[in-house]
Amino acid sequence: MKSNMARSWWWKITALALLFFTYYEGFLGEIPRMPILNETIRNLYFHVTMWMAMLVLMICNAFYGILYLNKSDLYFDLVADESARIAMVFGIAGLLTGMVWANYTWGAPWVNDPQLNGTAASLLIYAAYFILRNAIPDDSKRARLSAVYGIFAFVMMIVFIMVLPKMTDSLHPGKGGNPGFNKYDLDANMRMVFYPAVIAWTLLGVWMMSLRVRIRKIEWKNEDQ
Amino acid sequence: MSNFAGMTTALHQYFKLVRHEVRLEFKNYHALTSLLVYSLATIFIAYISYRQSLDPITWNALFWIIMLFAATNAIARSFIQESRGLQLFHYTFLNPAVVILAKTTYNILLLSVLGFINLSAFSLFFSLSIHDWGQFSLGLLLGSFGLSAVLTLVSGIVSKAHNQAALVAILGFPLLFPLLITIIKFSGNAIQGVEWAINQPNFYLLIALNSIIVVLSFLLFPYLWRD
Repeated sequence: MKSNMARSWWWKITALALLFFTYYEGFLGEIPRMPILNETIRNLYFHVTMWMAMLVLMICNAFYGILYLNKSDLYFDLVADESARIAMVFGIAGLLTGMVWANYTWGAPWVNDPQLNGTAASLLIYAAYFILRNAIPDDSKRARLSAVYGIFAFVMMIVFIMVLPKMTDSLHPGKGGNPGFNKYDLDANMRMVFYPAVIAWTLLGVWMMSLRVRIRKIEWKNEDQ
Repeated sequence: MSNFAGMTTALHQYFKLVRHEVRLEFKNYHALTSLLVYSLATIFIAYISYRQSLDPITWNALFWIIMLFAATNAIARSFIQESRGLQLFHYTFLNPAVVILAKTTYNILLLSVLGFINLSAFSLFFSLSIHDWGQFSLGLLLGSFGLSAVLTLVSGIVSKAHNQAALVAILGFPLLFPLLITIIKFSGNAIQGVEWAINQPNFYLLIALNSIIVVLSFLLFPYLWRD
């Protein structure tokens, strides 16, 4: 993301508008009446979508890690670092909203479910990423080592959250004989909110990340003077 | 033609390095003995803590947790034991991809042997009932392979970060979750003696995971190397 993109306003307005739309529809919109799920299905607009925003930011982290290894420009490392940080924020938010949902539908905030374990694992992986970063004082070395770790971690995490849950039963929709989201999404109304919500949370994440990157760049400049 | 020549020198270097690692290990074998004592003591702690025969699910999990700690202990030192001069020599004359592959190979050998020693110690203290020894041994080899490959790369990373040995566990454990889950499932099936056809998906997944890990360390290690 180049700095002129970070400074332009149109996509931030879009993010705000879509977020407003998400909250409005999320709390007041029409939803299908489903047994067990009842009103909790509204959480689809928050839990699943935040989680997807986290995934996009993690892809961003791995992508900028690869860019750093090829170009050795510390700017790429800065973006990688901050996108991992915001991914953590969204991961924790997604986990908390998921726990609320699980509490009302599955009866407990934490059940032994491959997808939950996957989320916990990815949070631990990125916590380890930050520990590694803090352990290295030298800028370019820190960037290099954390890029290597970040890329490796990203691939392992994808295996964990994308491949493993397909091989085991899960309480999540679409797995282990549970009905898929398509059944809910047959309700075109929900689909009309769900996709904009994904875009909204992703844009918000990118916005937060770009703000952090810009703050850090100002800090660099001040240190240079 | 020159490509072929490059391949043969790389292969030559690789075998030389593996042999060098083995020789180094036997030269100061107190490292090897300390490793052995470490895992035997851990198994003994497990034995005096439980004091009874365990059900298969428990001892399987316990076995792999002990393997995980033994592996971390064994592999954390793989880049540390070399002197600064030797590292400089490697850096100047060897291909970094060859270095990581040789180190990984050596660690796989080490951990496989250690795994079978652990297994026999386990069968001494706990009465094991493994229905399919063939599948279990295969799982042990595949598990040692994956553990070694991940931890070798991680210890390579850590060796550049001022060699803080505790970091190997912190960085390595989260990366090992997918491997451990699969391997525990695979060897759990082997203990129960389920048919190969049922265990086959886990086997393929383990092969795929191990290949991904090796390819990634092959691609990423050269970036750690240049200092």
